[in-house]
Amino acid sequence: MTGSQYEKWLGISGRLLVVLILVFVLLPTVVVTLSSFSSTSVLFFPPKGWSLRWFERAVSYNDFKQGFYAGLIVTAWASTLAVVIGTTLAIAITRYEFRCKRMLEAVLLSPLFIPHFTIGLGLLMLVAQLDLGRGYPLVIFCHIVLVLPFVLRSLFVSLHNLELRLEHAAASLGASPLRVVWTVTIPLMIPGLFGGWLFAAILSFNEFTASMFVTTQATQTLPVAMYNYVREFADPTLAAISVIYIAVTATLLILANRFLGLGRVLNVEASR
Amino acid sequence: MTQRPAFVPWFVLPSVLTALGLMVAMLTVLQYSIRAHIPGSLDVGGYTLDNFQDLYKSIYINAFVTTAWLSIKTAFFGLLLSYPLAYALVRTRSGWMKSTILIIAITPLFLGEVVRTYSWIIVLGNSGFINSALLAIGLIDKPLQLMFTQTGVVLALVHVTMPIMVLMLATGLSHIDPAYRRAATSLGAGPVRAFLTITLPLSLPGIVASLTTAFAWTFSAFATPQLIGGGKVSTVATLVYQLGFSSLNFPFAAALSIVGLILTVLLLAAFKWMTHSLQRVGAH
Repeated sequence: MTGSQYEKWLGISGRLLVVLILVFVLLPTVVVTLSSFSSTSVLFFPPKGWSLRWFERAVSYNDFKQGFYAGLIVTAWASTLAVVIGTTLAIAITRYEFRCKRMLEAVLLSPLFIPHFTIGLGLLMLVAQLDLGRGYPLVIFCHIVLVLPFVLRSLFVSLHNLELRLEHAAASLGASPLRVVWTVTIPLMIPGLFGGWLFAAILSFNEFTASMFVTTQATQTLPVAMYNYVREFADPTLAAISVIYIAVTATLLILANRFLGLGRVLNVEASR
Repeated sequence: MTQRPAFVPWFVLPSVLTALGLMVAMLTVLQYSIRAHIPGSLDVGGYTLDNFQDLYKSIYINAFVTTAWLSIKTAFFGLLLSYPLAYALVRTRSGWMKSTILIIAITPLFLGEVVRTYSWIIVLGNSGFINSALLAIGLIDKPLQLMFTQTGVVLALVHVTMPIMVLMLATGLSHIDPAYRRAATSLGAGPVRAFLTITLPLSLPGIVASLTTAFAWTFSAFATPQLIGGGKVSTVATLVYQLGFSSLNFPFAAALSIVGLILTVLLLAAFKWMTHSLQRVGAH
């Protein structure tokens, strides 16, 4: 075999491999979509007939509606607060020295490896012992702790890529440090801030394991409501709500990709 | 930069409060783990080490072994499937291909554990996709048992952890200067050699980061082993939940969590030490 033939063969098999992996990733999505249009209440594949009844049930089922609203409340608060906490800390860490800096950073990044159920269990037992109720503040705090490491990572990257000279220029022209942060650093961080917020919001809206421990019937988020549904019923309603989920998410991602450049937000663009 | 402006403490305060909340919660787990369980009550009794002694029962030892195995297998197979995708994502020159791979690879990340686990139930079930397809083409006579098995759980867990692995690997790969590979190629290295000697070693930090994350995610996965394992595959996460919410034995659940946490930290430290010595061998 000559060198160029070998390279051609290598290229083709590489492409084939990538296509096969993409098929593996897409398989459950395709299967769940087909099942959601099934007319029977017992899951068979392929479905024996077609209907939209499971979609009607999915959007009218009360627990899903409540879970959706509870999820929106938790996600809005948790992702926004996480970005505020993350931004102020990231600026303080990268630009200034203070005591216990490394330790603070390590504690806040630790939820990356502490199992979510441990964090959920700990917070649940803490509020039980202090006789605080299990309301929204508990769920929101739990989600802040869980998404903060991701927010911090994305903000460190965007602070690292900033031109320090712009801040120095502002400072040498007489701007106070706070004014430099407010008028130079933060405006320059906007893409990173948005990327971090988006990531936090998505993770929070989908968080399940810890939420299972800290939510109650009144504050249960959509994934918890969906889990409880699978345990009780076996009909394709969950397939229908999954399809709605998939369609909305894919649309949002395609839009984000078109207008923001998803590769840039997620920091996977090749260096030039 | 040595002079610290007055606003810095105010910038640090919210993070300190968050960190304190997390630390107190972890201390509560520790504290519960050494308290006696009062059956039928949520209150706890005096201090005791009984909870840790009970952990020696084979059901709990088995859960630890199962969880560690599941995590290692998931991280390994996840890496095998994620690396080619991340590589193609970073290297492809066609914008259309890049967007397609990116959207397909990371959409599952945004779907959450429940939606994805449920989809896998329909794929793996006795009248699900795999069995219907294999029966239809005559490869098998009776359905394969995939639900309620470790194989099924690993398949779904690999799928659950892949998006984050692809993202982390792609981030690492995208920061490798293409000049290195060009230099190797111009010096006569073929594509395979250039990959093995340049790209792969330089992407090692991304590999370590993605394996670590996959391991930690699998360790804390609850919905997948619970629904696909269906009680046949007990992990630390499913046992903690059962102990907490079915038996209301929170002290014992806390002890199990503490040991689980120690095990995670030890395994991750061992892993870090291994890759560290591997990198040093590679540098020689």
